Amino acid sequence: MADTEITMSVRRVDALISIIDIQGDITAFAEPELMRAYTEATEPSARAIILNFTGLEYMNSGGIGLIVTLMIRMNRLKQRLLAFGLSEHYTHIFELTRLNEAIGVYPTENAAVAAAARER
Amino acid sequence: MSYPGDPNAIPAPAAATSAPQTETAETIDTVEIIETVGAASQVAPAPGSRDAAYWAKQSAHLKVSAAPGNQVNNVDGRSAVGPLQGFGKMWQKTYRLRLVGCSATPAEVIAAWKENFPKFWPRGNRFYVPLTGIAPGEVAMLTVRPGGMPLSTGVLVLYADDESFTLMTPQGHMFAGWITFSAYRQDDVTIAQAQVLMRANDPIYEVGLRLGGHHAEDKFWKQTLKAVGVHFNVTNEPVESENLCVDPRLRWSYAGNIVHNAAIRTTLLGPTRWFRKA
Repeated sequence: MADTEITMSVRRVDALISIIDIQGDITAFAEPELMRAYTEATEPSARAIILNFTGLEYMNSGGIGLIVTLMIRMNRLKQRLLAFGLSEHYTHIFELTRLNEAIGVYPTENAAVAAAARER
Repeated sequence: MSYPGDPNAIPAPAAATSAPQTETAETIDTVEIIETVGAASQVAPAPGSRDAAYWAKQSAHLKVSAAPGNQVNNVDGRSAVGPLQGFGKMWQKTYRLRLVGCSATPAEVIAAWKENFPKFWPRGNRFYVPLTGIAPGEVAMLTVRPGGMPLSTGVLVLYADDESFTLMTPQGHMFAGWITFSAYRQDDVTIAQAQVLMRANDPIYEVGLRLGGHHAEDKFWKQTLKAVGVHFNVTNEPVESENLCVDPRLRWSYAGNIVHNAAIRTTLLGPTRWFRKA
């Protein structure tokens, strides 16, 4: 398997909500990039991070593990992880691995932002 | 902790605690040939995603038509559960063996691991390979003997590609989680790795893990990796292991998982299966 190619950019909705736009592959190789984006997204005071999976091209079981450990870390810091933009295939993966029971999954960015705002 | 060259390893959170260990490899006994059980769903690649063919396609509810031998069927109708659905502390356990002197590629190692999976298990434990082998969506039954007591359970092949495969446990298993077997190259050496991301499924299992279960699991996977090494004529390399507590909290909302406890069911129902067979 070739090295993972991934880029992540951060958009700030407001002081408490940030969005991480994911483009490329999520495997364990994505850990440094995801941690960099997470750090940027949570500074200085964001309490909810929304992952935009619209640009997700490939994910293996190592990538799912990466998301799980990120979510556990965020829960311990009283932060909330949400997601949107999952294709039908990745929606199935979230259901199969039951990540959807712990991460709020929404069909659109607006819906995810509204959910994050409601839970402040 | 993931290695830079391993795309399948699950990264550890920065705050986790670790306890690295090593154990010298040696030749071990392995189980004999294992019979097969009925196949689960076939996988049809879905359009649009490069990884579609590698993931299980069915729902998280497992189907097994018949349990092999006198094994109690603790799998059929159960849901597969990940580390988010368990009760106990969350652990990430990593075991790896450097196949020094072995020219096998990661894909060759994983192919051999899939083909010989039951034979690499420590003696006394049984893994019933699905008819179509270790492939996405297949459900495999297994019997292990934690503390000497037989425990019938199974696993779902959640993900499988050329260089890794991941098994997901059902309700009632000792732990809720995933086990990923992978191989990768680092410093011109192929490394075989097993990595577990898990929580004990219920309070009884959590107590069991604390009273020696973790040690037994470490021993189990180290022996398995030693067997992989022996298969590739690597007998003198240590098996490295690292245990990380990802989340020290107990999840009391999942204490009710105890109703599916496969150890209790195997103990209670096992004798009745012998009577019914007679």
